[in-house]
Parts: sequence; C-alpha cells; structure tokens
Amino acid sequence: MSTGINWLKYSSPQAFYPLAGRLIPWFACVAVALMGIGLYLGFFVAPTDFQQGDSYRIIFVHVPAAWMSMFLYVVMAVWAGIGLGLNARLSFMMAQAIAPTGAMFTFLALLTGAMWGKPTWGAWWVWDARLTSELILLFQYAGVMLLRTSIDDLRRADRSSAVFALVGVVNVPIIYFSVQWWNTLHQGASVSMSTGSKMAATMLMAMLIMTMAFWLYSIAVILSRARCIVVERESQPVWEEKPAVIQTAAEAR
Amino acid sequence: MQWGSASEFFAMGGYGLYVWTSFVATALCMVWEVLALWRRRAAARAEQRAMLLGGTDETAA
Repeated sequence: MSTGINWLKYSSPQAFYPLAGRLIPWFACVAVALMGIGLYLGFFVAPTDFQQGDSYRIIFVHVPAAWMSMFLYVVMAVWAGIGLGLNARLSFMMAQAIAPTGAMFTFLALLTGAMWGKPTWGAWWVWDARLTSELILLFQYAGVMLLRTSIDDLRRADRSSAVFALVGVVNVPIIYFSVQWWNTLHQGASVSMSTGSKMAATMLMAMLIMTMAFWLYSIAVILSRARCIVVERESQPVWEEKPAVIQTAAEAR
Repeated sequence: MQWGSASEFFAMGGYGLYVWTSFVATALCMVWEVLALWRRRAAARAEQRAMLLGGTDETAA
C-alpha cells in the first residue's frame, strides 16, 4: 500500500481490541464536552421560538437521535455487507455492536417526537408516513437482534442477521424523504443539503453540536460493545491484563 | 439569556413536562447503556479469567 500503513492489520480482532481501547476515552470525553456546550447553547443562548415557544427545544435531542437512528442503521448494514462479502468476523461483530445503540436512538426519536407532538399537534402519535416508517425502523433493529439471539450457530446468526439488516436498509431513504413524498403532519426538514437551514444560527449551532456529541457518544459506546463481543466470542487469547492473569493462572495450577 | 428565574427556566414557557421528559429520558437511556456495557465487560472478563484459571472445557459456555 502506498501509505505505508497496513490498514488490513486493523481488521483482525486482535489488533482492533487494544486500538479501540485507546480510542474510547477520547471519544467519550469529547462527547461529554460537546454535550455540555450543546445543552448550554440550547437552553441559555438559543432564543424562544416565536411559533412553538420553548417546546421546540426538544429538537436538540429529537433531531440528533433521529439522525443517529438512520445513520447507524446504514453503518450497520454496511458492516453487515462487508461481513457477507469478505467473510470478516470483525465486520459482523461491528454490525452486532451497532444494533442496540441504533435501537435506543430510534426509541428516543419516537419518544421525544411524541413529547413534541403532544403540545404542537395535540396528539402523542399519528399514523403519518414519517412516524410509521421510523417505528418500522425500530422493529427492524429488534428483528436484527432477535434473529441473532434465536440462532445458536454463530456463523449462521451472523449471516442471517446481516442479510436481514441489508434488506431493511431500503427503509432509511423512505424515512428520510417521507416528508417530501407524502403529505405528512411531520414538518419538513429544517436543515437541507440543497436549501441550507431555515433556523436561527444559535438554534442550528446547538443542534449540530448535539448531533456531533451523539455521534461521538455512539462511536465510544459501539467500540466498547464491540470489545465486549470480541472477549465473549474469541475465547482463545486473552488480550487484556495478559501477563498478570497468566501469572495467576500459572500459580493456581 | 431569556430566563428571569430558576422556576421560569424549569417551567419552559409551560412546556416543562414535555421538554424535561425528553431530556431526562435521553440522559437515562445513555447512562443505562453505559452501565449495562460496564457490567457486560466485567462479566466477559470474569468468564475469560475463570476459563483461564479453571481449564478450558468446563467453564466455557
């Protein structure tokens, strides 16, 4: 490789484990710092919305959670696809590690959406295209996880849940474009790649910083779950505390 | 800053219940996830240690 770095080296669980261990504290610290900044901007700097009053402040968790729910699904499907294509076990482990966090953000997007919907629309829930497709996303995450736990053979569980995840990725553009394709109650995108933002600068800044924070939080949590999965699944070598544990093991014998 | 007092801040212009439920639920989910991972990690390491100490066949699940 021209860069002189063997990137394939990190595709093995043995190399991934210590690398992830070094990276997690950094992602976690920056996530906490950004959350502090984002909450400060969201609650103390961003003004009250002239239409929605202070209920709009829910978007500082709602929009990042909803974005993460869709984004994590795509990332999970990509890892699942790489796993199926290259038969790489770390890829399947990454897909497995992403699902619970993605499901959590989907649940939070639905819950905070209900909290926003009640005062704004007068209803906790409506069977609107955006809400319904997001609910289906939650079932998809549940399906990916349940399929895995219901199959005892690890390799078959990996492949089955990967195929399920890949097929389900069609729902993500449906969620994203639902507010354009159908006449929904859910408001259109406040931030768009083509037309820019329709929000006040401080509101937008708070929302983007919270999104970055959720992103880094997700990376930290997913990497640490992937490390757990490596320990659980790869029984052969001990990567952590190697000398000390082996010492005790030797003494015990 | 638009808040005159702490009670005004917590009232959130009458939307306090909705706003704080959203933020508290999000915080609780994140804290729970981190704690659950902590326990999972401890359990995985304990199992691996037991496997190393007590031979490979009996303790391996």
